[in-house]
Amino acid sequence: MAARLHALRPSPGAAVAGGLAALILGTLGAVAWEARGLSGLTQWDLRAVWFTLWQAAVSATLSVALAIPVARALARRRFPARGALVLLLGAPFILPTIVAIFGLVAMFGRSGWINAGLAALGLPEISIYGAQGVVLANLFFNLPLATRLILQAWQSVPAERFRLAASLGFGPRDIARHLERPLLREVAPGAWLAVFLICLTSFTVALALGGGPRATTVELAIYQAFRFDADPGRAASLGLVQVALSLAALALAGRAAAPAGFGAGLDREAPGPAPPGWRGWADAAVILLAAGFLLGPVGAVIGSGLPRIGSLPETVWAATARSVGMALTSTALTIALALPLALALARGRRLWIEAAGMLPLVASPLVLGTGLFLILSHAVPVSGLAIPVTIAVNAIMALPFALRALIPASRTLEADYGRLAASLGLAGAARLRLLTLPRLRGPLGFGAGLAAALAMGDLGVIALFGDTRTATLPLMLYQLMGSYRLADAAGAAVLLMGLSLGLFWLFDRGGRA
Amino acid sequence: MSLRFDGLEAVWDDFIFSADFDVPAGAPVAVMGPSGSGKTTLLSLVAGFLTPTRGRILWDGRDLGPLPPGARPVSILFQDQNLFPHLTAAQNVGLGLRPDLRLSPAQRHSVEGALAAVGLEGLGARRPAQLSGGQQGRVALARVLLRERPLLLLDEAFAALGPALKDEMLDLVGSIADRSGATVLMVTHDPADARRFAELGIVVADGRAHPPQEIGALFADPPAALRAWLG
Amino acid sequence: MRHAIPAALAVAAMALPAAAQERPELTAYAPDYFASDWGPGPRIEAGFEAACNCDLVFVTGDVLPRLLLEGESTRADVVIGLNTDQTARARATGLFAPHRQDTAALTMPVAWTDDIFLPFNWSELAFVYDETRLATPPESFAALLDAPDTLKIALQDPRSSSAGLAMLLWVKHIYGDGAEAAWAKLAPKVLTVTRGWSEAYGLFTDGEVDMVLSYTTSPAYHVIAEGDTTKHAAIFPEGHYLYTELAAQLAGSDQPELAQAFMDYILSPDFQGMIAEANWSYPAKLPPEDLPQAFRDLPRPATTLFYSEAEAEALRQPALDEWLRAFTR
Repeated sequence: MAARLHALRPSPGAAVAGGLAALILGTLGAVAWEARGLSGLTQWDLRAVWFTLWQAAVSATLSVALAIPVARALARRRFPARGALVLLLGAPFILPTIVAIFGLVAMFGRSGWINAGLAALGLPEISIYGAQGVVLANLFFNLPLATRLILQAWQSVPAERFRLAASLGFGPRDIARHLERPLLREVAPGAWLAVFLICLTSFTVALALGGGPRATTVELAIYQAFRFDADPGRAASLGLVQVALSLAALALAGRAAAPAGFGAGLDREAPGPAPPGWRGWADAAVILLAAGFLLGPVGAVIGSGLPRIGSLPETVWAATARSVGMALTSTALTIALALPLALALARGRRLWIEAAGMLPLVASPLVLGTGLFLILSHAVPVSGLAIPVTIAVNAIMALPFALRALIPASRTLEADYGRLAASLGLAGAARLRLLTLPRLRGPLGFGAGLAAALAMGDLGVIALFGDTRTATLPLMLYQLMGSYRLADAAGAAVLLMGLSLGLFWLFDRGGRA
Repeated sequence: MSLRFDGLEAVWDDFIFSADFDVPAGAPVAVMGPSGSGKTTLLSLVAGFLTPTRGRILWDGRDLGPLPPGARPVSILFQDQNLFPHLTAAQNVGLGLRPDLRLSPAQRHSVEGALAAVGLEGLGARRPAQLSGGQQGRVALARVLLRERPLLLLDEAFAALGPALKDEMLDLVGSIADRSGATVLMVTHDPADARRFAELGIVVADGRAHPPQEIGALFADPPAALRAWLG
Repeated sequence: MRHAIPAALAVAAMALPAAAQERPELTAYAPDYFASDWGPGPRIEAGFEAACNCDLVFVTGDVLPRLLLEGESTRADVVIGLNTDQTARARATGLFAPHRQDTAALTMPVAWTDDIFLPFNWSELAFVYDETRLATPPESFAALLDAPDTLKIALQDPRSSSAGLAMLLWVKHIYGDGAEAAWAKLAPKVLTVTRGWSEAYGLFTDGEVDMVLSYTTSPAYHVIAEGDTTKHAAIFPEGHYLYTELAAQLAGSDQPELAQAFMDYILSPDFQGMIAEANWSYPAKLPPEDLPQAFRDLPRPATTLFYSEAEAEALRQPALDEWLRAFTR
């Protein structure tokens, strides 16, 4: 009888999840409907599906595997400017793709620093074009995400746990076995999945560095179906394939994840144990290598663009102001959607809610944008909708990232304080104010920072919905590039990068203060 | 007035928990039994964290089933996580009066009084991390004092403290319960605690909670399940 | 999100023009680059509005897919910026009205007889190089194919770029049935295939590639805007493929007079005189002596290659399959 009473109460999280699923699948349906059905796929499309899976799996595996030593080194070492380094290492993830590609080329390209060094040593040249280039770029973008997710989980382990381990005379191996592995079992599948899903829909990366037909992803095939074949039916078919692949991956990862059962501990500041000896040197090397790989391209972008900022045309500044305002609004919306979802997930493992929350990651923005256009143009006059729609779509697209940051912390919160809060009758707004917001401050700040940075750097949706009167900074960047003004584009790139990072920093900092 | 388990049964997969008896009001009760036998389950059912599959729990003749945990006539203390680490001691206590912490001056005064009553005068502004383990236990007890609920559940509370400190806490619990006439159900692993604190004992074994018996008689002639637990 | 949808693609909606004002409004669909501050849009807008007593509003995005989705209900009065590879499908919609211009007077290297789609500027595909980095560029297409594989070039993907698609037709025009073999020889020299022109050209200016697929008119930009005379288009005796951009008016326009006035304006000396430096290509109707000096100085190919719309449409898929096979071998 009453055994499931609580589960039947309508939750805001379930409502958000339902709305999200309806929107994403609805836009897909709208495109298919407009195309009067789905079209069959060609052999090249199937090849694209295969390549997409391959590059996503390789990129995700490498990202997570390399993130583990980096996160561990950062978690257990304390050194000057560590906080600044942790923040900076996150930079690539929130860089607009095209900005990052040029940074990568400057570092790893044929005339880049690395190859210049190799040539000086008489070593053969390395190439960042083709499949290895796609993986390298994905690694550059997603190693920071994987590192942050793992580091966050690491830091959520109470210091008491590490002290207990120390008092039990645990060596590094014992710590790995009893503390680190359960932790990684909890966080790694989620991190892998997040990177995998991002790479499934990565697209510009493959186009700029992919080197052609051998490295064609599904998202590119969707683009081609729209742009060159004007065949929305095939685009919708491919969009469905992409969603199906991602849902299958979600289901697999859902099975693989096992809760680690780490307790809360009290809020004492204390580093984890730092084993001495060769492990200290290894940690230092890992941190230096990661910093070089992740910050080198950023430095290259700054170097080429900074001198041009002063001479940027005035319209760029107007677009900048518009972009910042839109990014902030979008961020508020992301958090308003992500928090109820995360809390609903913390109360019970409901796969469909999690899947709905991750759907935006797998939705093709092309399909989403076109579907929205079709739906809106039938229902309401689209006049004046460019900015609101862009804000809403950006908020939705950033949702999975905020959610990934919020879910583990929400689960911990529920496990540690759910009963106490319930027994005290702490509910509704009071619970939000006194328990949820203070306890989730860190991940909320991180999630909001990600949402702001991603919305800031997003080109996709504004390109679909914008006109010249609503141009944003990323759109301006593309327009400059398309008009031979590559030097000005480099200046705009630095500006865009600075703003994305700055917004992220402000939110993340606010969450940790 | 009594706590009544009326044909209570809760089923999870292959674990069946059952209880069917009355607990007289006002008596301190020890809940004993092997680990995994269902002691915490019993408390969780009373507190409302778990919902029974069939049967009812009644307090003073009133079915607790429809009430959410916060509305039940129950205060509960766990082994740890009894305090929110980001709130001050006074705030943690104040939650017992108004969960939204919008306290009137009189209520603030009560909070200070409760802190004083547990020997923490002037420490209201501290956060849990700045308090010792014993002091943290006292903060939780100050809240219990303020809430004045007729049922107090202790789920191995204070088990992490040293024996002297634990005795001190249990004495404090005893005096709080005496003052308010609360019925205390205490899950414990320590027969000495049971003897010292409780008048009645409930033995839980293999998912079945047995009716309470006088504690001296229980230890004088332990049933099989208790014998196994006592070793 | 890492889904940068290229500006030039945009299938979908933009803010439609604000509520009717006093002046009538002419809605022009155009590619994104076109209406940017650095594209020809603002100058066209200023020039046309000076005479028409109307408000010319560019709605940017991907013109053809959008028209295909909107069909009869489109709000476009005119479209500008279509490519020759799109005209067959655009024509098939039946949405367009004749432009009513005298195409015999055009100054294009090929005869233009289309009465629906009107070219407003043109150039030819060419490989652009920097003489300070590549002192001896290939002197013919054949020499390019035979060049050592250490010569690196950047191309655009024919599945996402009009220039990339025109490149397929260029190779097809020169090599016919041998196109696939030609591609196989070229493939090892292709450092990468980018989505659009911007990315490829960026790789070229960054020094990643020796040559980039661009246009015969690209060097004029560097001369005029940057005073840089080191960039050149390699001129091949086999000929260069024509690349032209087109405009058309919609039959269902609610401003037919304005739409017609716009088509008239496109071939006016005012429009034609500014398009060279606004869009870095040759105007469709301007005597060579009226061109800016840097354009007059550009070397001209002896032959301009071009397929008719029907030929190009028939060749598109087979040529693409050849290209795909050559690159996945």
